[in-house]
Amino acid sequence: MNFFMQRMMGGKEGAVAFVIIAAVILVLFPLFLDIFRLNLVGKYLTYAFVAVGLVMCWGYGGILSLGQGVFFGLGGYAMAMFLKLEASSPEATAIQSTPGIPDFMDWNQITALPWFWEPFNSLPLTIIAVLVVPTIFAFFIGVAMFKRRVGGVYFAIITQAIALILTVLIVGQQGYTGGINGITDLRTLLGWDIRDDSAKYILYFVNAILLLGVIMIGRFVITSKLGRLLVAMRDREDRVRFSGYDVSAFKIFVFCLAAMFSAIGGAMFTLQVGFMSPSFVGIVPSIEMVIFAAVGGRMSLIGAVYGTLLVSFGKTYFSEVAPELWLFMMGALFIAVVMAFPNGLAGIYQKHRSKVIALGRRLCARVPFCPTYRVGAPRPSES
Amino acid sequence: MSSDTDFLLAIEDLTVSFDGFKAVDGLNFYLDEDELHVIIGPNGAGKTTVLDMICGKTPATSGSIKFRNQELTKLSEHKIVHAGVGRKFQNPSIYENLSVLENLEISFPRGHGVFGALMFKRDEQVVRRVEEIAEEINLKDELHTQAGLLSHGQKQWLEIGMLLIQDPQLLMLDEPVAGMSVKERQDTAHLLRRICKGRAVLVIEHDMEFVKSIAHKVTVLHQGKILAAGDMDHVQSDPRVIEVYLGH
Repeated sequence: MNFFMQRMMGGKEGAVAFVIIAAVILVLFPLFLDIFRLNLVGKYLTYAFVAVGLVMCWGYGGILSLGQGVFFGLGGYAMAMFLKLEASSPEATAIQSTPGIPDFMDWNQITALPWFWEPFNSLPLTIIAVLVVPTIFAFFIGVAMFKRRVGGVYFAIITQAIALILTVLIVGQQGYTGGINGITDLRTLLGWDIRDDSAKYILYFVNAILLLGVIMIGRFVITSKLGRLLVAMRDREDRVRFSGYDVSAFKIFVFCLAAMFSAIGGAMFTLQVGFMSPSFVGIVPSIEMVIFAAVGGRMSLIGAVYGTLLVSFGKTYFSEVAPELWLFMMGALFIAVVMAFPNGLAGIYQKHRSKVIALGRRLCARVPFCPTYRVGAPRPSES
Repeated sequence: MSSDTDFLLAIEDLTVSFDGFKAVDGLNFYLDEDELHVIIGPNGAGKTTVLDMICGKTPATSGSIKFRNQELTKLSEHKIVHAGVGRKFQNPSIYENLSVLENLEISFPRGHGVFGALMFKRDEQVVRRVEEIAEEINLKDELHTQAGLLSHGQKQWLEIGMLLIQDPQLLMLDEPVAGMSVKERQDTAHLLRRICKGRAVLVIEHDMEFVKSIAHKVTVLHQGKILAAGDMDHVQSDPRVIEVYLGH
């Protein structure tokens, strides 16, 4: 229990923050939002997986990746391939010249299912692919870069290039990937219709609980010696190396972990939104995800979730109000945050932490069963 | 390959050239167990480069470095550390964002792999060793202070402590008293005399008073070559050393 509190929650204060975010996601949103808006929030929260991963590898590890969309996309595509195959039963695709293969393959004169699609007939294999394929891909990138001590701006540019390459590849290989349209018209998961409202509710909660789980894993890593090593590496890489550590191994680990988090988000995105396309893989979404983490505070796992929600709400709102200006606003927001609040929302909280905690105590004292509840504490009406 | 030796560290024919410039040129250097050896020499003599090559930071162009008859030139940095070589940098190189305790704990020689680090527990053995070292380097009362807030001298000691906790057989210190007050220099001299029991210490230093107070043996480097070696008095009276380094 003590282990759980200290390592998974990050102590008492961490536990309070965790309970608050859990309450917001699991109780507040479902209570006050209709299913359309809730589904939208669910979509935003899938980006939060990426932002949490970025806090780990950028905030703590000092590795800025501008290509996290790649891993989000790989996870999302893996899930989409499974759902697409299920939606492409011979009966449902009887009008095609080759029934039983996804429609876009048929349109591109492909007559048999490509070999790499075969594993996605099975859900367990798909889930393994969601978790393992992006991680292995990240591992290879990590080995190639970090063993050669490539870092900083160079690493960021290379990840950016990888994001572009993957987008071009997906768009170009239309017959195998669905091209620019992506993989669309996904209907059921093992016969369960993912498009109706009840399914959307369930998927929202599955997504939320997975996100909370990912945050706990992140906490566990950060509070371990590995977490302190990451911070130490960011400050003094040579010192860590000459204290007997293989620095590249730790960078590879945290980069792979971030990739796996992103992939889970991608898979949940596909399930909730019902399609996957290259527009979630490339440069723009990858950079947006960095902005989410920066706005939330790149040293705060929970801040990343708030950052994601805030920027995504802003994006939806402004893109409805001023579609042409949205990208400029996004850029301005990023610059403003970096200039004025380098530690993001979490930094603002840290600055006013004592006041927030005092306020929390005062509010708490009015609630029965709270640890600091005092009989006779002034009620709002009395004060 | 050169034959086995009884020396702790045997450097033979070591050369490194940067674009044709030989920073270290055919160096032969031997270090005994328990020896406190100081390398002096004018700027650009190749002192720091020698340390860099021993600890694997700079690859040698040719020659051999044997530590207990194990060839170091082909090992990666962290493996050289595991072999028992510790290195302190010229500028205090500590983790400013972590506490003194965490700085020392990270250097504790356990859990060096990814999963070892994930599962590392601050048990009694670790705490005892950290306190022991903190006592040695006069930082016992600062265990929970953020390392960035320490004074310059304390940072230097902390880095020495981070090496001591690894219990290396060879400890290399690059200008350990640079920027220290007179009192701090004296304390550091005491510290070095204490810690060279049971291990060899190789120091680069410019402060001749300090060198006199600690060195068993002194080597003078000049343009990548050894100019003179021996005890302090011998070296100080060597006319070539006076010419290029000590002055009149």
